Amino acid sequence: MKAVGMGVAHESAKLHVTGTAKYTGDLDMLDVLVAYPVQAIHARARVLKLDIAAALEVAGVVTVIVESDIPGENNTGAVKHDEPLLSSDVMYHGQALAWVIAETDDAARAGAARIKPQYEILEPILGIQNAINAHSYHTEPLRILRGNPDTILEKTTTLEGEILVGGQDHFYLETQASLAFLDEDGCMVVHSSTQHPSETQAVVAHVLGWARHKVSVQALRMGGGFGGKESQANPYAALAALAALKTRRPVRVRLTRHIDMQLTGKRHPMLGKYRVGFDVTGKLEALHLEIYADGGWSLDLSEAIVSRAMFHCDNAYFIPNLMVKGFVCKTNVTSHTAFRGFGGPQGMVLIEDILDRVARAVKKRPEVVRELNFYNENSLDQHTTHYGQTISDVRIGNIWNTLKTSSDFENRQLEIENFNASHPFLKRGMAITPVKFGISFTTTFLNQAGALVLIYSDGSVQVNHGGTEMGQGLHTKIAQIAAQTLGVNLERIRVMPTRTDKVPNTSATAASSGTDLNGAAVKNACEILRERLEHVAAEMLKCPSDEVRFENGFAVHLKQKLEFEKVVMKAYLERVSLFSTGFFRTPEIHYDKVAGRGEPFRYFAWGASVSEVEIDSLTGMWHLRRSDILHDCGDSINPLVDRGQVEGGFVQGMGWLTMEELVWDDTGKLRTFAPSTYKIPTLADIPLEFHVSLLPRATEEKAVFGSKAVGEPPLMLAISVREALKDAISSFGGLEVKLAAPSTPEAILDAIEIVKDAAREIVMSL
Amino acid sequence: MTGQDQTAANFSLNGISVSLGALDHNTTLLNFIRASGLTGTKEGCSEGDCGACTVAVLTPDASGKPKYQAVNACLMLAGMAVGLEVWTSEGIGQPEALHAVQAAMSSAGGSQCGYCTPGFVMSMFSETYADHLEFDEAALVGNLCRCTGYRPIREAAHALPKPKANDPFFERLNTSSVSKSAFSVNGFHRPDHLPEALRLLETLPNARMIAGGTDMALEITTAFKRFENLISLEGIPELLEIREVEGFLEIGAGVSLSRLETELRGRVPLLDELWTWFASRQIRNRATLGGNLGTASPIGDAPVVLLALEAQLVLSSIQGERTVPLSDYFLGYRKTLLRTFELIKTIRIPIENLGTINPAHELASKQYLQAMYKIAKRGHDDISTVMAAFHLEMENNLVTKARLAFGGVAAIPIRALETEKTLIGQVWNRVAIDKAKKVLALEFKPISDARASASYRARIIPNLLEKFWLENTGVNA
Ligand SMILES: Cc1cc2nc3c(=O)[nH]c(=O)nc-3n(C[C@H](O)[C@H](O)[C@H](O)COP(=O)(O)OP(=O)(O)OC[C@H]3O[C@@H](n4cnc5c(N)ncnc54)[C@H](O)[C@@H]3O)c2cc1C
Ligand code: FES
Ligand code: FES
Repeated sequence: MKAVGMGVAHESAKLHVTGTAKYTGDLDMLDVLVAYPVQAIHARARVLKLDIAAALEVAGVVTVIVESDIPGENNTGAVKHDEPLLSSDVMYHGQALAWVIAETDDAARAGAARIKPQYEILEPILGIQNAINAHSYHTEPLRILRGNPDTILEKTTTLEGEILVGGQDHFYLETQASLAFLDEDGCMVVHSSTQHPSETQAVVAHVLGWARHKVSVQALRMGGGFGGKESQANPYAALAALAALKTRRPVRVRLTRHIDMQLTGKRHPMLGKYRVGFDVTGKLEALHLEIYADGGWSLDLSEAIVSRAMFHCDNAYFIPNLMVKGFVCKTNVTSHTAFRGFGGPQGMVLIEDILDRVARAVKKRPEVVRELNFYNENSLDQHTTHYGQTISDVRIGNIWNTLKTSSDFENRQLEIENFNASHPFLKRGMAITPVKFGISFTTTFLNQAGALVLIYSDGSVQVNHGGTEMGQGLHTKIAQIAAQTLGVNLERIRVMPTRTDKVPNTSATAASSGTDLNGAAVKNACEILRERLEHVAAEMLKCPSDEVRFENGFAVHLKQKLEFEKVVMKAYLERVSLFSTGFFRTPEIHYDKVAGRGEPFRYFAWGASVSEVEIDSLTGMWHLRRSDILHDCGDSINPLVDRGQVEGGFVQGMGWLTMEELVWDDTGKLRTFAPSTYKIPTLADIPLEFHVSLLPRATEEKAVFGSKAVGEPPLMLAISVREALKDAISSFGGLEVKLAAPSTPEAILDAIEIVKDAAREIVMSL
Repeated sequence: MTGQDQTAANFSLNGISVSLGALDHNTTLLNFIRASGLTGTKEGCSEGDCGACTVAVLTPDASGKPKYQAVNACLMLAGMAVGLEVWTSEGIGQPEALHAVQAAMSSAGGSQCGYCTPGFVMSMFSETYADHLEFDEAALVGNLCRCTGYRPIREAAHALPKPKANDPFFERLNTSSVSKSAFSVNGFHRPDHLPEALRLLETLPNARMIAGGTDMALEITTAFKRFENLISLEGIPELLEIREVEGFLEIGAGVSLSRLETELRGRVPLLDELWTWFASRQIRNRATLGGNLGTASPIGDAPVVLLALEAQLVLSSIQGERTVPLSDYFLGYRKTLLRTFELIKTIRIPIENLGTINPAHELASKQYLQAMYKIAKRGHDDISTVMAAFHLEMENNLVTKARLAFGGVAAIPIRALETEKTLIGQVWNRVAIDKAKKVLALEFKPISDARASASYRARIIPNLLEKFWLENTGVNA
């Protein structure tokens, strides 16, 4: 049986459905302590006095962790060392100033409530525009330039504008969680719900002032990550370890939903300011775009995120002259971080918004103008990106045409026009949008992965690799890859919880690269082992080793078969090593940040979606009537898992662009820090007609088993929902639909009023 | 029957009898379950919004017959489960012997990270044992999943077979002897008749009544309040009646919303419409009208509909009973005319206002127009930004009665009395509507909050009247 390519269920599915799958917060230990933060009540301030005595009087409180408890470096920053774990500088509202460690949650909370820090209040910088005004940035601006946009923009028809794209809370169902304890050796063991165990290990080690070999981190599985646990699991792991060291008892840090939402960074709100030039047909000639991201109080991964927004501000379009600049604003809110798409989605929302406006200006349907501007493989100079990467395999044309046909686009367009003409206040709209998403970490050295595969003498196999399981099905695909490569059944493979003492110096499970990198490393290890076993089997089968095949749990030569475990046992007796590491580094990629030139991506993932919506123009309420998706996963390693990624990504993106609204008040306090006010999609919000297909015959030569990364790209398919809403709004007239993101009912009503006013003005000026 | 009888304070957890013992009565069922080592039931929010904590409770229905109900364990207190059976995902199947619901979810790709999954499984489980045939998707709206995009979950649900007669969980519907009989442990008291409840309310120190707990438990889980004495209203027959007498539909204040949803289906169209938009199945299984009115939130939904239907409240205390119009009940922000030690016993709606066809009225060429609109960021399971319910009566195309009720526009749920006046006596036409909209636009001064701005609220208030008009004859008039 083939393992790769089969739609096998998630490797933990049976544990999930029976509630027996354990998560970090479920792990219990004798004498475990818990933690609760003392939170700042200002967005920017200096703590003058932090008296913890009152907390220590509360029954059950064991200790309070403060800055002076940190033996090592007081920093948890991922890239720049600008994130103290505890500090008297208040940088955002809700910041943890101290952590009360107690026997029970109630005691910890009661203790925290008794600590009343004294502050010197300072003026916070809130919002992107205020940061720009105050020149408050984390880094120097980034830029990528092709051609002469400024000269061209002087000569052609242009439009100028600004779009603010809102942020998004990860709302992983499992909040941040860590459990730390000292082992028999006096070394630290940390269980963490982290996407990046190696960095968690590094951060724990330097906060404790220890060498990394004294710290082991395990990530069993996460109840969702989406980027929110790429760098931001670290502080809570460090804190648990610090408290465990101080109390010499196990310590669990599990954030409540409210505190998680108040403390952790989100998808970056980004402001795009643009000037675009185009010809009468709607073909883009030049674009000048400035992208300002709200980075929050510390740098975190923001620079790479802004880079990715810049890399993706072309989406699937060839823009001959393009200047894009990127800025990371420093403000007094949580430190915004990785979130599925890593800046790419914001960049793509910007260009799609711009193209829609251009289409209306030249009085064409948006999909016509979109298509007109696609990268074109057949034209010599129209398949190179603005940063100089040649796109060797432009798949959008095929996807676009297939999807337009399968979704019955043109007929439905007519039906919508008829409906809109006949209904007094309900309006429908439809849009098709493309996705092109670059795959690889844009920080080149991160594109490496390791594996450790162990075959036991009974023929059972343990697979260790550096990737983490957060629901995306990585371990399932890894098991399939190992089974396929070793020629055994899936039951024989056990994928182990991710541990830093099995594979060191791993990269985060991020950038959609989990399977590409770790899958290739596991394949490499399995191939090494298989080759050893081929020699053993060849001796047993009395044939040349290159004629032995391993399949379905047997070593096979012509009509002869030998059980895998017999070959393994023989190898053991012959003193052949039955374990191996594997390694993979992505070849050929490179990028020069200063020049803004290079080939940062190994390949691109493609897709497109059509969405149809209906809005109530009296209230701004809306619903999604139908969505059709065609997405490119290469040769899918697991179509069940991949389809799940596509659908899940789409719905998450739809939530981001429509209903998920982060509201900070004027003092910098997040007002939407709970699911009662921060609304993510429910089952009732997905379209009744939801047609999802994976692109057939889509082999990607550059990735493991011809597959493609699928974690992030589908999120951006949801841009069709936003554009469909704009299409519906445009039925009221006007040349530009100014729709805020997220497009809440209020934003939709506002946009309708703007187009109605504009339409009125046009009529009056005639 | 209300002594400190600790032995009576038991319930069955996955088939095993457990005792509350000396447990703090403010402990949620979720914390109780997790502390017992069953960690399959997850906490995703502790405020009733995510459904990760969903368990199935086998509980007596109005006739005493056992019935599975999906509930949010984070908003139930452990004491509320006494006398009942609580089932979690660990109890209905094992990895080697999955329950049909679990098998469907796992093979359909219904779990990715798996954190929401036990909750979905228990919502689905409860729904498959319901006595209607089709799987009702509304059963799953109270479960959030951030990974799957729901499509496989929806498909798994619709493909579920109805349970077989020998299914052990199906058999429990006939064999189990669950009841909400009286007990009292620590500070949690469940009396079984009204006078006893009223007496406890007066005599126990700092006693608070609690019905479904979907508002009260939030105070425990998110505001960290601890209540000294809680009087559960769940076991009091006087509060659990639904009947029609002397021209009124009378609804006991303790009747759960999902009971209203099923038992009154077709009888009160405005309520039928409301349930679609009111919280989630899990919440409606527990929440009551008494609680919705008792909370007196300016964004409570049921009061708006009840104002449009001209409901009355029967209030009860040791001193006796009094009946008040609902429109007099709300005094100010979360202030009502309910006296200390008084509770809402019954909600009464004049039958002629229900809106269901009434032959007598048809003859008198009377026409009824009714509608309700709930405006929120997310259509389902969201709190109202603005809520409106309208009831209009017309004779020969002249408006004879108008009740326009709103929530989210003032400190209390409120009727637009000025606007109503401008409509009465008018012909139901564009001129009258435009005039009424102008008055309505000035009648309230809504505020801004995290849900929407004051300006948005101000704009949609008259728009909702416009919508009502357009949906009712206005389109072609
Ligand atoms: C996730 C979620 C979603 C929700 N969605 C909605 C929604 O869409 N619309 C909406 O309106 N509400 C909503 N609510 C609020 C809540 O569910 C309702 O207010 C519900 O009706 C409360 O009923 P209960 O029986 O649970 O009240 P409880 O929590 O038991 O009691 C609430 C208050 O009323 C008092 N009380 C209870 N019974 C009586 C009585 N008979 N007489 C006098 N006082 C009494 C209690 O002392 C307490 O002060 C939601 C809540 C949650 C957690
Ligand atoms: S934990 Fe979220 S609903 Fe109970
Ligand atoms: S599977 Fe992850 S939240 Fe549903």
